[in-house]
Amino acid sequence: MCLAIPGKIVEFHERSGVRMGKIDYGGITRDACLEYIPDAVIGDYVMVHVGFAISKVDEEEAARTYQILAELDQLQELDTPEPEIGPLAVTREAQRREEKT
Amino acid sequence: MKFVDEYRDHDVAQKLIAEIKRTVTRPWVLMEVCGGQTHSIVKYGLDYLLPKEVELVHGPGCPVCVTPIEMIDRAHAIARRPDVIFCSFGDMLRVPGSNGDLFQVKAAGSDVRIVYSPLDCLRIASANPDKKVVFFAIGFETTAPANSMSVWQAKAQGIRNYSVLVSHVMVPPSITGILQSPNNRVQGFLGPGHVCAVMGYREYEPIAERYKVPIVITGFEPLDLLEGVLMTVRQLEQGRAEVENQYARAVTRDGNVPAQNMISRVFKIADRSWRGIGIIPKSGYRLNYEFRDYDAERIFEVENILAKEPAICISGQVLRGLKKPHDCPAFGKECTPQSPLGATMVSAEGACAAYYNYGRHMVAVETVGARG
Repeated sequence: MCLAIPGKIVEFHERSGVRMGKIDYGGITRDACLEYIPDAVIGDYVMVHVGFAISKVDEEEAARTYQILAELDQLQELDTPEPEIGPLAVTREAQRREEKT
Repeated sequence: MKFVDEYRDHDVAQKLIAEIKRTVTRPWVLMEVCGGQTHSIVKYGLDYLLPKEVELVHGPGCPVCVTPIEMIDRAHAIARRPDVIFCSFGDMLRVPGSNGDLFQVKAAGSDVRIVYSPLDCLRIASANPDKKVVFFAIGFETTAPANSMSVWQAKAQGIRNYSVLVSHVMVPPSITGILQSPNNRVQGFLGPGHVCAVMGYREYEPIAERYKVPIVITGFEPLDLLEGVLMTVRQLEQGRAEVENQYARAVTRDGNVPAQNMISRVFKIADRSWRGIGIIPKSGYRLNYEFRDYDAERIFEVENILAKEPAICISGQVLRGLKKPHDCPAFGKECTPQSPLGATMVSAEGACAAYYNYGRHMVAVETVGARG
């Protein structure tokens, strides 16, 4: 029920004063209401639930998460002897620290 | 499909499972809150891949399942009227009330229609000015922006023949209810990703702190769920109880503020009855007074219709993580998705239906029981 599908905005239009858009889901396009994503631009990916975009997909965050997951193996080699903090947490925290500085 | 396929990668999943195995040192009980997460877990067999120490129990986050039986009966009473076009999301049509489901109401000649989005109802209402168009507005916070927008737009566009039968519920009160139960087994939560896409996750922070329970906001793809499990287990092993966000590509701490504003313009927080659980105070939405002319319960005077569940069903305990579907004597026998006896068998996202649809009624109970 709370399923939301990521799709790419390919076109904007208005219907009865409501901001709508055409969303491309890997080849299939369908209209969605974009009222709740006022800063969306063409090419943005949005999560769509029952015909409404409810959030923008943060592409950088998506790429970063996937990268961290995919590199789990290599990171294990760098694992420290401390059992309390695993490699994933170290990497994520380190990345966040880097972003802040 | 972008942002989907890469989160189903087999090799990465194996690495995550290995990492979970390396992290876990003792038994933990985790609950995935959302029915969509339950569905993914059972579909991909993720619970079978986890080390035996990690038990996943299934949460109350299936709105179709928890819509109370009296609301279904009220929907049927409205849908049977000859002057009504009754619109609903498809998964509500098979949900049994006291006397059949909406498919049967439709088969008997009533105008019952499946819509993709509540905005579709406004077009149906404009095209059928001599009919009353009623939408069955169910769901969690994820669906509330859409449902509230339909009411807001009906008023803005002067559409008078549209109304909503509201049965909206919220996640945080249900989590709190589970944690307050004296029988509670849940030690960590995979939080509801799309609910939090709308609402953010600030309201989960006091819950994590007060009940000393980790809550990791988690997505719906296999890698999301496995990473959510890893982050939750890591917190438990380290003695932390914080809100963390696994699903950062779609969820921010503040959520979608324009959507939250629309929800609070149209709805107000109210006590709600949950199928299989009972009344939870301040656990859902009803229409604000300003929108009373769009309240189908009021317009069609169905508020006095009450109903009771079949006694055999244990869905209330399944929804609170106390029992598994195969603990029920009726599971897969008298109770199947074709003829469900209760809440958790009625929707594909209900724990019982997910277990049944992916063949777990055919697996020896002791095997499933041992592995959750």
